[in-house]
Amino acid sequence: MSRRRHVLPGFGLTMGYTWIYLGVLVLLPLAGLALKTGTMGWGSFWAAISSPQVVASYKVSFGISFLAALTNGVLGLIAAWVLARYEFPGRRVLDALTDLPFAMPTAVAGIALTSLYGPHEWIGGLLAPWGIKVSYTLVGVYVALTFIGLPFVVRTLQPVIADLSAETEEAAATLGAGRWRTFWRVIFPSLLPALLTGVTLAYGRAVGEFGSVIFIAGNRPFHTEITPLLIVSKLESYDYNGAAALGFVMLAASFLIVLVSNGLQGWGARRRVA
Amino acid sequence: MKIRYGGLFVFLVVCGLADGRAVDILNVSYDATRELYAEINPAFSRYWKEKTGKRVSVQQSHGGSGKQARAVIDGLDADVVTLALAADIDALHLAAGLVPVGWRQRLPEKSVPCRSTVAFLVRKGNPKGIKDWEDLVKPGVAVVMPNPKTSGAARWNYLAAWGDALEKTGSPEGAKAFVAALFRNVPVLDSGARGATTTFIERGMGDVLVSWESELLFIKSLRGGEFEIVMPPSSILAEPSVCVVDKTVDRRKSRKVAQAYLEFLYLPEAQEIAARHFFRPVNPEVLAKYADRFPSVRFFTVDERFGGWQRVMREHFSDGGTFDQIYQPQR
Repeated sequence: MSRRRHVLPGFGLTMGYTWIYLGVLVLLPLAGLALKTGTMGWGSFWAAISSPQVVASYKVSFGISFLAALTNGVLGLIAAWVLARYEFPGRRVLDALTDLPFAMPTAVAGIALTSLYGPHEWIGGLLAPWGIKVSYTLVGVYVALTFIGLPFVVRTLQPVIADLSAETEEAAATLGAGRWRTFWRVIFPSLLPALLTGVTLAYGRAVGEFGSVIFIAGNRPFHTEITPLLIVSKLESYDYNGAAALGFVMLAASFLIVLVSNGLQGWGARRRVA
Repeated sequence: MKIRYGGLFVFLVVCGLADGRAVDILNVSYDATRELYAEINPAFSRYWKEKTGKRVSVQQSHGGSGKQARAVIDGLDADVVTLALAADIDALHLAAGLVPVGWRQRLPEKSVPCRSTVAFLVRKGNPKGIKDWEDLVKPGVAVVMPNPKTSGAARWNYLAAWGDALEKTGSPEGAKAFVAALFRNVPVLDSGARGATTTFIERGMGDVLVSWESELLFIKSLRGGEFEIVMPPSSILAEPSVCVVDKTVDRRKSRKVAQAYLEFLYLPEAQEIAARHFFRPVNPEVLAKYADRFPSVRFFTVDERFGGWQRVMREHFSDGGTFDQIYQPQR
C-alpha cells in the first residue's frame, strides 16, 4: 500500500489532536457511563429503565420535545425566511435575538419564562381567566422546550434560504407557476433536508434539556417530571446505578437523534449536488 | 503585549504561592448556610489568630447537601463537611471510607452544633387558617414543598409530616395515607429548598410553604410584612451535622485546625452567630437569650421516631420507597 500524499501538511498531527480531543472530552465519559451500566446486570438495568415513573417521564421528555420541535419547524422556517429574504430596519437585532437561547444560561430562561407565565404574572395572569395554565403544567414544559430549540431550526435554514438562486424562482414564474406553487414545488423541496436537520437538532436539544424545564415544569412525578430530573433524583438518593442506567437510555436516544440528523445532512448535500 | 501578560502570569503564580503558605481549610456545606458561614469563618480566623498566632482562612462551598457529599466522595478536598443531614455524612463512610463509622460520637450533641425544625409560612392574615399539620391536607389548600428525593434538606419536611401523622394515627399506614394526601395538595415540586421558596414568595404559588424554620425566619427578615410563620405544635428536630473528613486532614496535615474549627462552632461566640442567622443554638444560655425568636415546640427526632437515617433512606427515599409509592397512580 502506498502512502497517499496530502496537499496540506499536518494531517497526522491534526488527526491526532482530533482523536485526543474527542476521546478525552466525549468518548471517555461516555465509556465510563457504559461501563457503570455494564456492572448492573440485565435484570436491574431493565427494572431501572422501565419502572412506571420512569416511563411516564419518557413520555414527557420525548413527547413534549417532539411537539416543541415540530412547532419550531413551522415557526423557525418562517423566521429564517424573513431574516434571509427581507431587508428591514432592525433585522440585525432580530437576527442576534435568535441566537439568545443558545447563549443564555438555561436556568435564566426557565426563571424568566416561569415569571412570565405563572398564574399571577403578566402573560399567565391574562390566560388564567380562560382556564389556561402554563407554568407548572405540560404547556410550560412545551414553552420552555420550544424556546431552547428555536435557533437550531433558524440557523440551519438561513444559509440554505440565502443560497437559493433567484433564477429558479424566476424560471418557475415564467413557466406559469403561481407564487404558492413556486413555493411548494420549487422552494420547499430544496429546503426540506435542512428543515428536517434543524428540527432533529432542536428535538435532540430538547430531549436533554434540564436547566430551564425544572423551573417551569412543577416536577410532579407521573405528570410533569422529565427524565433528566429523575437522574438527578436517583443521584441524590446515592442510586448511582439507577442514574447510570437512565443516563445510558438518554445517551442512546441522543446518539440516535444525532445519527439521524447527520444522515439528513448527507442526504441534503447529495440532493444539492444532483 | 507579550511581556505584560508574562508579568501578569508571574504575579498570579507568586500570589498563588503566597496564598498557599497560609493555612487554608475548606468547609463543604449545603445551600442554607451560605450566610451563616460567611460570618462564622472570619470570626474563627480571628479566634485562631489570638489563640495560636497563626493565620487561617476558611473557604466555603455550597450546594445541595447530597450533591456536596458526592463531590467530596468524588475527590473534592473538604477538610470539614457541614451537611443538612447525617445520612449524607454516613455516605462519606459507606461509599468511600472517608470518615470512620462512629463519626457522630466525636463531637457534642451527636455532632450537631445548631438545629432547626420544620414550620409553615403562610400569607399575611393566614387566610386559610393553617395551624397544624392536618390543615395542610384540607381541600383547596395548596402546599409548596420541595421534592425530598432531589433535596436533602427537604427530607426533614417529609419526615416531619410523617412523624406527626405517625403519632396521631398510631400506624405507618395512617402516616402514609396522610403524607399521600398532603402531596396531592402540592402543585409544584421544586428540586431544591430555595427553589420552593422562590415559587412561594415570588411566583405567588400556594397557600403554605413548608420549610426549615431558619429559612422561614430568613424570609421574614427580608419580606416581613407579607408573610406569617406558623409553628405546628409538634415537629421534627432538624439536625444538620458536622464532621472532620479524616482522609483529607491526614493527607493535608490540617486535622488540628479543622478539629478546632468544628469545636469553635459550639463556643458561645459562634452559637450567637448561628442564632442571629436563625438556627437554634445547642448552648442553653444562648438559646435562652434568643427565646423570643424560637418558640417551644414538641420535638421528635429521626433517631427516636424513625430508627435512624439508614433506615429512613431505605424505607422512604430509595427507589420504590414510600415517597415513590404515594405517587403511584391509583388503580
